Amino acid sequence: MKLHKLLLTALFGAVALSLPLTAPPALAQAKEQFFPVLVYRTGAYATNGSQWANGYVDYLKLVNAKGGINGVKISFEECETAYATDRGVECYERLKGKNGGGTVFQPLSTGITFALTEKAPVDKIPLITAGYGRSESQNGAIFTWNFPLLGTYWVGADVAIQHIAKKEGGVVKLKGKKIALVYHDSPYGKEPIPILQELGKTYGFDVQLLPVAHPGVEQKATWLQIRQQKPDYVLLWGWGVMNSTALREAQATGYPRDRMMGIWWAGAEPDVKDVAEGAKGYSALTLQHGAEPNSKVVKDVLELVYAKGQGTGPKDEVGQVLYMRGLLSAMLGVEGVRKAQERYGKGKVMTGEQVRWGLENLNLDQKTLDAMGFAGVMRPVQTSCLDHMGSSWVRVHTWNGSKWEFTSDWYQADEKVIRPIVMLASSKYADEKKIKARTPEECKK
Amino acid sequence: MGFFLETLIGGLMAGMLYSLVALGFVLIFKASGVFNFAQGAMVLFAALAMARFSAWIPEWLGIDSRFLANTVAFLVSAALMFVVAWLIERLVLRYLVNQEGATLLMATLGIAYVLEGVGTSIFGSDIYKIDVGMPKDPVMILEGTFEGGLLINKEDLVAALVAAILVGLLALFFQKTTTGRALRAVADDHQAAQSIGIPLNRIWVIVWCVAGVVALVAGVIWGSKLGVQFSLVTVALRGLPVVILGGLTSIPGAIIGGLIIGVGEKLSEVYLGPMIGGGIEIWFAYQLALLFLLFRPQGLFGEKIIDRV
Repeated sequence: MKLHKLLLTALFGAVALSLPLTAPPALAQAKEQFFPVLVYRTGAYATNGSQWANGYVDYLKLVNAKGGINGVKISFEECETAYATDRGVECYERLKGKNGGGTVFQPLSTGITFALTEKAPVDKIPLITAGYGRSESQNGAIFTWNFPLLGTYWVGADVAIQHIAKKEGGVVKLKGKKIALVYHDSPYGKEPIPILQELGKTYGFDVQLLPVAHPGVEQKATWLQIRQQKPDYVLLWGWGVMNSTALREAQATGYPRDRMMGIWWAGAEPDVKDVAEGAKGYSALTLQHGAEPNSKVVKDVLELVYAKGQGTGPKDEVGQVLYMRGLLSAMLGVEGVRKAQERYGKGKVMTGEQVRWGLENLNLDQKTLDAMGFAGVMRPVQTSCLDHMGSSWVRVHTWNGSKWEFTSDWYQADEKVIRPIVMLASSKYADEKKIKARTPEECKK
Repeated sequence: MGFFLETLIGGLMAGMLYSLVALGFVLIFKASGVFNFAQGAMVLFAALAMARFSAWIPEWLGIDSRFLANTVAFLVSAALMFVVAWLIERLVLRYLVNQEGATLLMATLGIAYVLEGVGTSIFGSDIYKIDVGMPKDPVMILEGTFEGGLLINKEDLVAALVAAILVGLLALFFQKTTTGRALRAVADDHQAAQSIGIPLNRIWVIVWCVAGVVALVAGVIWGSKLGVQFSLVTVALRGLPVVILGGLTSIPGAIIGGLIIGVGEKLSEVYLGPMIGGGIEIWFAYQLALLFLLFRPQGLFGEKIIDRV
């Protein structure tokens, strides 16, 4: 009997633990635009995931505090993915039809994005992947529901090489150089490889690939190889603990940090703050913004959300790099709804299909961005039916031992490099999945 | 040759740390026959306690000395691990005497979830720092013998030394003390040990306390190297192939197994990895363990399983 009881308890416990953790839903009422929020506040990447999630949710609260989207209040519900693809898909399935249907999904995981790319067209819900996801999905003719807004990993790889070339004194100086890519051994980490190899062939530098297994706490062998091969630069394509471990190992093997450059997911406070002086000189790309504690939008969040005791996370993290990434991601979704309302009716709740139109017709010029509180944080974004990325502005910031500082001017990805590879990869995807590309005429509908 | 030696030394030092984690598994299995899946969670819990107390204690007590603050934090964390051990015995193990190994294993899975949840609820889920003064910069030796010298990571060297001392002390404890013998007797047969007057409950509290201290030392070392964060639970996974290879009941097995895995994975990553795409060190360790399971299931030093029918 005792054993029977124990087994029953264990069974219930196991079921409870295996279910994705869901936060209590904000009550959905009539005329509320529902935003499902896929987050990871637990697991190996919780520290980074939480900051992004706090920024995302705080922005939705800020919009509500300002009266909603033309009067339409936002409701939202979090679902915990723990950065696991299976749990991400489960969260998507649970939330896609809830409260009148999800507006947009933003999974913050390239693995989950790969899985949802085939589901979004069926459910007619847009997928925003600002700064991550499938790089070829910027081609809106084929990836009709994916929106890798602001930049892709191919943009990142191209700009990283542009920056290195600038430091060396021009692309001709790249000939004969060795550039190592230390990457998270996952769809995310593998994304920049085609562009780097292509650029390597064009400019004559050698690309060394060094994968690191999840979660990235063991990198000794990787850095011993770097010590042996002595690459001129190391590109870091890590996430979570992998980034700080790489910097510690670089210090332990004596590799100069000012020869290391991270992607924008390897350039936030949790990546460097514990390494502190040991990470001094390390640079990372930014997805336009860096840490922006003095921006108007952050001041608004503090005044209208935190001052009323409604802040989601710690107040001292508001304005940090990943917090801003979450906030910007939420803003892009909200602006997609606002744009859709211009066509389908102000003050109405928009469907996923209508929001897709909004996202395909985004036109956030500098004046609009400044008025929204994003002055100095980001540059204009303009999408179209065929261009789902909208912009490719990137800056570089460098850790000075205690904070990030911008150390470059603005870069833009070289379309001559990116475009052919995007077209080739997206056509290949279309052939595999038997997708007919949208024509410009179809876009006008 | 110099690079090979560097890799070998790096592997040996990493292996010593794996031995420390594997010891946690071995200790509890030897004394209670429980395969403790909560070892990783115990490392995280202990490291979180150490990191937070070492930050809070100077504020609470107005201590300026980092050494003193770390010492007090270590003692408070060790006391907390004793409380955890006592609670585990009181609330879980006491009700599972003489149950199947699988039942006990499932119970430790539950303990892992509770420790992870309670630990991060009390101490937070940010990245915390443990600063026990471990040296971070490398040192070069034999610069005259090898071109460019041999690079030794001072932090790894100190960590390996601390781990070696702890492993030695525990080996002595198990082999030479009355309590150590009692622990081994309990591992062999719960009922037989009880029948000759060994207090099972007390023994279990002792062994979980010792495992808690091992987790604390592992947590301090790994936490100092990586920062204290949730990923520390995965450190325990590094101990699994070690105990399979070395044997679940053998302390020398944990040491030798750790060193073999440490060296094996580093050499395989450096020399074999580039040929097959790299990133192989984790699965290489498990492949090695799998081979041992096929041909020598009790591991290198484990007790041979003889079933009489």
